[in-house]
Amino acid sequence: MELRYTPDEIQFRDEVRAFFRTAQPAHIRRKMELGQRLAKEDIVDWQRILNAKGWAVPSWPVEWGGTGWGPVKTYIFKEEMQLAPAPDPLGFNVSMVGPVLIAFGSEAQKKHFLPKVANCDYWFCQGFSEPGAGSDLASLRTAAKRDGDHYIVNGQKIWTSRAQHADWMFCLVRTKTEGKPQTGISYLLIDVKTPGLTIRPIYTIDGEHHFNEVFFDNVKVPAENLVGEENKGWSYAKYLLGNERLGIARVGASKYRLQRAKQLAAGVYIGDIPLSETERFREKVAAVEVELKALEITQMRVVANSVHLPPGAPDPTSSILKLKGTELQQATTEILMEVAGPDAMIREQEHLWGTATEPSIGPEWTTTAAADYFYTRASSIYGGSNEIQKNVIAKRILEL
Amino acid sequence: MDFDFSDEQRMLKESVEQLITDRYTFEQRKQYMKEPAGYSRDMWERYAEMGLLGLPFDEKHGGVGGGAVETMIVMEAFGRGLTLEPYLATVVMAGGLINQGGSDAQKNALLPKIADGSLLMAYAHSEAQSRYDLADVATTAKRDADGWILDGEKSFVAHGNCADKLVVSARIAGERKSPEGIALFVVDTKAPGVSRKSYETQDGQRAAQIKLSGVKVSSNDAIGDPGKALSLIRTMADRTLAAVGAEAVGAMGAAHEVTIEYLRTRKQFGVAIGSFQVLQHRAVDILVALEQARSMALYATMMANDPDPAERSKAISAATIQIRRSGKFVGQQVVQLHGGIGMTLEYKIGHYFKRLTAMESLLGDTDHHLAALARAGGLIAAGA
Repeated sequence: MELRYTPDEIQFRDEVRAFFRTAQPAHIRRKMELGQRLAKEDIVDWQRILNAKGWAVPSWPVEWGGTGWGPVKTYIFKEEMQLAPAPDPLGFNVSMVGPVLIAFGSEAQKKHFLPKVANCDYWFCQGFSEPGAGSDLASLRTAAKRDGDHYIVNGQKIWTSRAQHADWMFCLVRTKTEGKPQTGISYLLIDVKTPGLTIRPIYTIDGEHHFNEVFFDNVKVPAENLVGEENKGWSYAKYLLGNERLGIARVGASKYRLQRAKQLAAGVYIGDIPLSETERFREKVAAVEVELKALEITQMRVVANSVHLPPGAPDPTSSILKLKGTELQQATTEILMEVAGPDAMIREQEHLWGTATEPSIGPEWTTTAAADYFYTRASSIYGGSNEIQKNVIAKRILEL
Repeated sequence: MDFDFSDEQRMLKESVEQLITDRYTFEQRKQYMKEPAGYSRDMWERYAEMGLLGLPFDEKHGGVGGGAVETMIVMEAFGRGLTLEPYLATVVMAGGLINQGGSDAQKNALLPKIADGSLLMAYAHSEAQSRYDLADVATTAKRDADGWILDGEKSFVAHGNCADKLVVSARIAGERKSPEGIALFVVDTKAPGVSRKSYETQDGQRAAQIKLSGVKVSSNDAIGDPGKALSLIRTMADRTLAAVGAEAVGAMGAAHEVTIEYLRTRKQFGVAIGSFQVLQHRAVDILVALEQARSMALYATMMANDPDPAERSKAISAATIQIRRSGKFVGQQVVQLHGGIGMTLEYKIGHYFKRLTAMESLLGDTDHHLAALARAGGLIAAGA
């Protein structure tokens, strides 16, 4: 039993760290440090840099561009990326549609899509939630009717993250209405430029455009874009649950935010004392650090244990990562906003985007704190709300 | 990075867990509690046979040369059984001080007897006024012709009721709270001037208040360099906290299992109460608290022997904060989920709660460790 990294792992960590330091464009790093919103090209550029290095899709099989690192190195890579801080590669591409295509796609689909997914030549968005199907996802109604070589899709998706940037959507559609709802769902790849598909923005409480509504009005989708078998889509979507759990806790990102909060608190004065020297602040931060350390070790346990599990087998402990990880992302954004104090309430969106030409009213670092705080409330809602996670844990782990 | 046990550690875990399963049912425990010293003499001998009483000591002192991981394994199993024996007091605390700081003569004389089960010891440190400040020692040791004379009163001496010998802290110089001037002495409980008032604790264990009135000890009874004992005490305290953390995780784990079983079998409104979502979510909250505590018990174990005392103490405080918060939550909630039966002395669930509660004030409570960690700058350095 050894908590510390082996010399080989340390060497790997240093290599990764050095690469992030030298390869990340300065303007992207600056945005990451300040917590500013990234433009589409920032994410695409960064993923292409990673892809050129062979690191865009570490968890994929080697024949499709994976690195064959194994769980510990993959974990180190993700932690270092968050600590750098560098942007995550596009999750919809790398962690969602990619692994599904690798597991269930046809050879033709793999050959066509996977290289473009890895290089972000195609930007995928996820068409899962609907107005009437949130936590109860299986009740989705967007219908795909077979018509010769095509499916005709009608219906509506909602909460579609970054659909405004997307080239493609992986979409759950209803292909059968009889039987259990789960048994009539198929997994389709849809070109978002197809006539009849309309995207409308939804502005969230941080004032930003993350989410969209997507409407389908007789959208013609070639039948060859069906992934796997018709009516098996639910199992393909579920395949990802409990699988790609590394990094879901975002421990590195929360850690980075606390480093920053502590640094910034040294320059904020409460009377004659820096905020960082007040007992109240120190104890509040220390309490969060303790939970974060516990989560980090829980995550390391999951990583270390995954070596002993068959590939792809979910570890029950991993479900804790999302629950606790999102709580701590929220707690750390809250602390950072409290450090910013009243300046956090000044709304200057150009500073949030990093496009401002005028100096900010308050210190620049305060301009992103509230937006981060507001938007991070979504982390315990998306990807299966934390309440749904608890239902899953109660059923699968506790067998209640 | 590796969380696997070695083959020997796995065997140790299996054998201790088996022993606790076979010999420490709730009913058996009730019988042990009625024995004269409040624990099972028979179990103590079994621990000796299995090598548990010499676990951290060198082979040349009758031990097996185990480390913090082995102690964690044993303490977690003991936590599951809510064991009553003076293991922590004898082996981890008093034995730990002798093992770390004692002379060869002391080690040769005392450790083999601890290991074979013939010597019980306790650590007499806290005083009525000291609360959790390890440097707050008012008991005095004054130079005598051929040794020292001890005067003072020690509180909360865990298993002081049955100890044959004590390790006692006393001040040879300096103000009451000064980190300098503290010494440790081995004191026989039968020595003239030692008197004790034994009592039961809320969790069914035993302890004593110990009074030292002109107790004579020889120079050879001092552990390490008299006046310089505080760092030794801090090291032992941190290792003890790691051990107690593992015990707490054992108790929480067992309490959690008992509670899940109850949720599956207890029926109300015609169904198992575990089918109610509000209770399912609470059970998940308990699981999360348990797993977070388990992670920190591992962290404490792996940091317990860190060469940098400042890093070690921060890690131990952090682990203690998490484990105690988890322990309080789990203890309270397992009682709540059991309803009325959780309140009865006759049923085991309340006893986990009582033990977890008793552990909270050992070597500093949550607030004490949170303040210490915050003062030390926390776990994450400011940056970026």
